[in-house]
Amino acid sequence: MTDVQPPVLEGSRCGVCDNVAFPRSRGCQRCGAEAMQVIDLGRRGTVWGFTVQRFAPKSPPYVPPADGFVPFAVGYVELPEGVKVEAVLDCDDVADLEDEAVVELVATTPVPRFTTTRVFQEV
Amino acid sequence: MSDVSIIGAGLSAFGRQPGVSGREMAVSAIRSALADAQLQWGDVQVAFGGSDGAGLADTLVADLGLTGIPFTNVKNGCATGGSALVSAVNAIRSGQAQIALAVGFDKHPRGAFDPRAEDWGLDAGYGDAGLMVTTQFFAIKIARYMRRHGITDQTLARVAAKAYRNGVLNPNAWRREAISEHDILTADMVNDPLTRYMFCSPGEGGAAIIVASEDVARSTGLRPVQLLSVATKTRRFGSFEVFSPAVQGTGEPTSVSSDAAAEAFQTAGVRPDEIGVAQLQDTESGAEIMHLAECGFCEHGEQEELIASGATEIGGRIPVNTDGGCIANGEPIGASGLRQVHEIVTQLRGEAGDRQVAGAPKLGFTHVYGAPGISACTVLGV
Repeated sequence: MTDVQPPVLEGSRCGVCDNVAFPRSRGCQRCGAEAMQVIDLGRRGTVWGFTVQRFAPKSPPYVPPADGFVPFAVGYVELPEGVKVEAVLDCDDVADLEDEAVVELVATTPVPRFTTTRVFQEV
Repeated sequence: MSDVSIIGAGLSAFGRQPGVSGREMAVSAIRSALADAQLQWGDVQVAFGGSDGAGLADTLVADLGLTGIPFTNVKNGCATGGSALVSAVNAIRSGQAQIALAVGFDKHPRGAFDPRAEDWGLDAGYGDAGLMVTTQFFAIKIARYMRRHGITDQTLARVAAKAYRNGVLNPNAWRREAISEHDILTADMVNDPLTRYMFCSPGEGGAAIIVASEDVARSTGLRPVQLLSVATKTRRFGSFEVFSPAVQGTGEPTSVSSDAAAEAFQTAGVRPDEIGVAQLQDTESGAEIMHLAECGFCEHGEQEELIASGATEIGGRIPVNTDGGCIANGEPIGASGLRQVHEIVTQLRGEAGDRQVAGAPKLGFTHVYGAPGISACTVLGV
């Protein structure tokens, strides 16, 4: 058995005004301060907004999956720290993303990826 | 501050023009604006302009004449035209010049824009994952807005159908065929809830505006339109923009369009309900809906009834995008902001032909919005 660490997104918290940024920032967008503390962001959040990418984006830069493009959901997940993070959203049905659905982080690269908790619990 | 007026406005043709360069379109727009103002190129004392991807504006002098004037390149995304206009206005106000030119142009290849993640300060992974797609942003924003404010798909279709109808009436538009709301709604979905006919397409065209001091504007034979205000803004903290890896802050996002519009109205001493004709950035039909409220023409959520009532039609209470907007004219990034000003100048002069707003409107408004969170607004009057 290997110990698999759950994925985690790294953000930053402003040392002056507490504003939380993702990705980690060199300066605070709210107050302009430079003192940033690197923090791990919460792994569970709610869907703030989303759409569905129905057509394959232009390649390059898009790298489609090995078995070809399938439409995917993309949106923003509001984390407990208040920041809304852009992410690919895995789900069985896009309707599952409605009503501020709860989602959980499953990958951090190439971009953050969250999944609906229902799907997550089935895994 | 001294008064500044628009004394000349010109457009090139819009839409696909094989074999014609963006720079040639710019020259055509400038010559058209000069003719409108009854001026020669040698009369222009300072110039500002740019394109997003069709070359440098200051090279246009090779075709216009080497008169030695200062000519500054502007590159400000969708606000390129607006920023050039602000600079031209300030040149008049400062006394640097009596006659100044603003020009914008572009010639984009077919298909969606394909920006590089690295150019936007993002990790290359955003490109690999298929997130460097501008249309996703517009869809996420309007989808959330529709849920919160009770806007329906039918309203999205109404706005697009109006754009195509107005395009039919505009001899210079790219799209000149009406498309029914049914065909708009059932077209291929690009990013839910937006179908392909709800979006503008990257396009081609040039637009030029000549501004002048009060003394020059009083010359006989001119049809000056007063520039009551022009405001450009960048985003404040907490805004939601194209290619944002995150939206920071709590509560509802701030709007740079609201900021720019509010400043333009305040400087002009004009209220939104006094405006007789408006141009609002319609990158897609959802944008026009949201910008109606962001710019102060209605409350959030009122658009559903307002648009169904026909208020934004040419014959309505507040006609919006009478020339067909970006949806019917396409989006040559550098040119769109000045195309909007051209349309309002044309309407306020009563020269808009089949698409003329009745009742001789006295006040007009223009609004552009673009990445990465910029907006430029003007209030014009006669």
